[in-house]
Amino acid sequence: MKEKYLINARIIDPKNDLDEMGGLIIDSKGLIKAVGKKVANGNLPSAVDKIDLKKQVLIPGIVDMRVFVGEPGYEYKENFRTLSDAALSGGVTSVVSMPNTSPVIDNVSMVDFLKRRGRDKSRINIFPAATLTKNTEGKQMTEFGLLKRKGIVAFTDGVKTVQNPQVMARIMNYASQSESLIMQHVEDNILSEGGLINEGEISTRLGLKGIPFLAEKIIVERDLSFLEEYFCRYHISQISSEKTVSVIKKAKNEGKIFTTGVSINNLSLNENDIGDFKTFLKLSPPLRTENDRRSLVEAVNEGTIDVIVSDHKPEDVESKRLTFSQATTGATGVETLLPLALELFHNKSVKLMKLLASITSNPAKILGINKGSLEKGNEADLCVFDINKPWVVNKDKLKSKSKNTPIEGRKLQGQVLKTFVKGEMSFERV
Amino acid sequence: MAVIKKLKAVKIEQNHLLGIQDISFSQVSEILDQAKTFITLNKSDSKKIDILKGKTQINLFFEPSTRTQSSFELAGKRLGADVMSMNIVNSAIKKGETLIDTAMTLNAMHPDIIVIRHQDSGAPNLLSQKVNCAVINAGDGRREHPTQALLDALTIINRKGKVEGLKIAICGDILHSRVARSNIYLMNMLGAEVNVVAPKTLLPHSIERLGVKAFTDMKKGLENCDIVMMLRLQNERMHGSFLPSVREYYEYFGLTPDKLKEANKDALIMHPGPMNRGVEIDTNLADDINRSLIREQVELGVAVRMACLKIFCKRN
Repeated sequence: MKEKYLINARIIDPKNDLDEMGGLIIDSKGLIKAVGKKVANGNLPSAVDKIDLKKQVLIPGIVDMRVFVGEPGYEYKENFRTLSDAALSGGVTSVVSMPNTSPVIDNVSMVDFLKRRGRDKSRINIFPAATLTKNTEGKQMTEFGLLKRKGIVAFTDGVKTVQNPQVMARIMNYASQSESLIMQHVEDNILSEGGLINEGEISTRLGLKGIPFLAEKIIVERDLSFLEEYFCRYHISQISSEKTVSVIKKAKNEGKIFTTGVSINNLSLNENDIGDFKTFLKLSPPLRTENDRRSLVEAVNEGTIDVIVSDHKPEDVESKRLTFSQATTGATGVETLLPLALELFHNKSVKLMKLLASITSNPAKILGINKGSLEKGNEADLCVFDINKPWVVNKDKLKSKSKNTPIEGRKLQGQVLKTFVKGEMSFERV
Repeated sequence: MAVIKKLKAVKIEQNHLLGIQDISFSQVSEILDQAKTFITLNKSDSKKIDILKGKTQINLFFEPSTRTQSSFELAGKRLGADVMSMNIVNSAIKKGETLIDTAMTLNAMHPDIIVIRHQDSGAPNLLSQKVNCAVINAGDGRREHPTQALLDALTIINRKGKVEGLKIAICGDILHSRVARSNIYLMNMLGAEVNVVAPKTLLPHSIERLGVKAFTDMKKGLENCDIVMMLRLQNERMHGSFLPSVREYYEYFGLTPDKLKEANKDALIMHPGPMNRGVEIDTNLADDINRSLIREQVELGVAVRMACLKIFCKRN
């Protein structure tokens, strides 16, 4: 590989609180050789080819902690190739793949398969998660030690919550010895049974059974109680309500150490968007009130919430062309994660550095992976974007195999122009 | 010079009857006025006319129903339409066919109107997006049952002359009731004051936001009411631990002469049926011809459905 010289960019590296005009050199191995204002046209040999980024923003490649792939078992919804095309066009260079495949990722042999497929078919970094419990049944914990040694970065039952408190207590107690990361989907199944959308005025009007915010809050409170006794690396996958934000804020103030994520959907949409039974907005956790949405945005800005995820869950047409109660849960989002997040910057809700940290350095730190920053010696995973470019979401132009975007027709501001993975330009918008 | 384009006034006319929430006051008036003309027709010797001659009406019932289905069937036949009733409870859907596939199949038969009842809220909305004919909602999940509310309004108007200014109490399982929701919207639209009376576990979240006052004390809820609408308590609700027992429910929420004293002297009782005597209503009250409108509701139900069929069929 030839050395690459990227110049004339606005370099933002949240991990090092860096925001300055400058450039970046990628060495022949695809690693970052130098970064910052010193990398400028005048300081470089005149003979080399330079890529002029024309003052666009250059950030570390985005790390998305919650993505559903579809391989194995649901290849018709998304495979590694289509996922990586979608991710690259959104500036995402690393994803954590959810283990809710068919069969589920709950044993060592599945990990080998996944890593091989990920390596051969995708052009991004796939960090697989395995299940917390065998077959996500919430009964028997998986082999955290052996799976971690194979390269599993996190353990989660994905769309399910470990309901049995005794099992959860033991999982947290046991996981600490292998320093395994536990990511919990927080939802009490009994409280949310049969629920379809947020419980409130909209659920009353639409005649749909509601999911009370308590279903989420009660599991967060339970797990944080366990955390006092059984300290481990604990991450709450996604939260959706104001009341949960208060619980988390209080626990963090008390000095408890854990991290929290939120889906970009819960930051950008609310229950009113469901309108006339739009099944693409049937999500888990559900979209809640505008008040909830605002408190989540505020929590990102003040650092109570650490990570924003796309919760990219591709679903085929047949799973969504049903009545609301029959339709599958989930929406795509990996391609629109950054532009949609930038809305929060443009409307002055979240500071840019904070926003970018929540999709780069913060997830990388939680996962314990060497990504999400522009430090010398790191693999050059990069995202270049135009922070102001206006465009309109058109599902047919998105690259994911499934078209269930929740923001069809939305006007966004900010678009990814180039994406580099390990020093190679893997995507360029023409 | 800039040319200012004249904006044409767009007349938004709903082609389907999906819910009271989706129609306007003028549409409601049109339906009720039309229905009044059919009341006399239904009492005459020759009940059949031919304004829907040559039209095809399909009744698509995914949930078992006796009165609503037969009411729609009779309404269609009296207007001269060809009526086909399909009970999907034991047919294609069980073989794995989706609602949309069923809709496409039926659409290929060129019906003029489809009457649908479905256990899922929003099913008629989905259907209406996929077919070329008018869709009438005959009850979807917990959402709406517009023709029931319209027939209730007509029944009230028939007895009291108007709905405006009346005080109406809707009592019972509000949480699971589409009849309650449609009636709340309609009675509010027509200018009534609406109270809902139910145990807290059977009151939907934020129900006050629909423009009603909620009561858990039935006597207070019935104070000075002109109309008392009772809802059916479905027996399966006992298992979900919504209530401790039928006995306790009847004690606090069953309509008895004692509780009815709180309402106006000439207050009338309504019930969409089927009734559970001794559960939500005292059996003598249900049969009291001076107070109970229950039989009249069924009678006017046919007239209202004829009006809906005529108006929405014509529109397409």
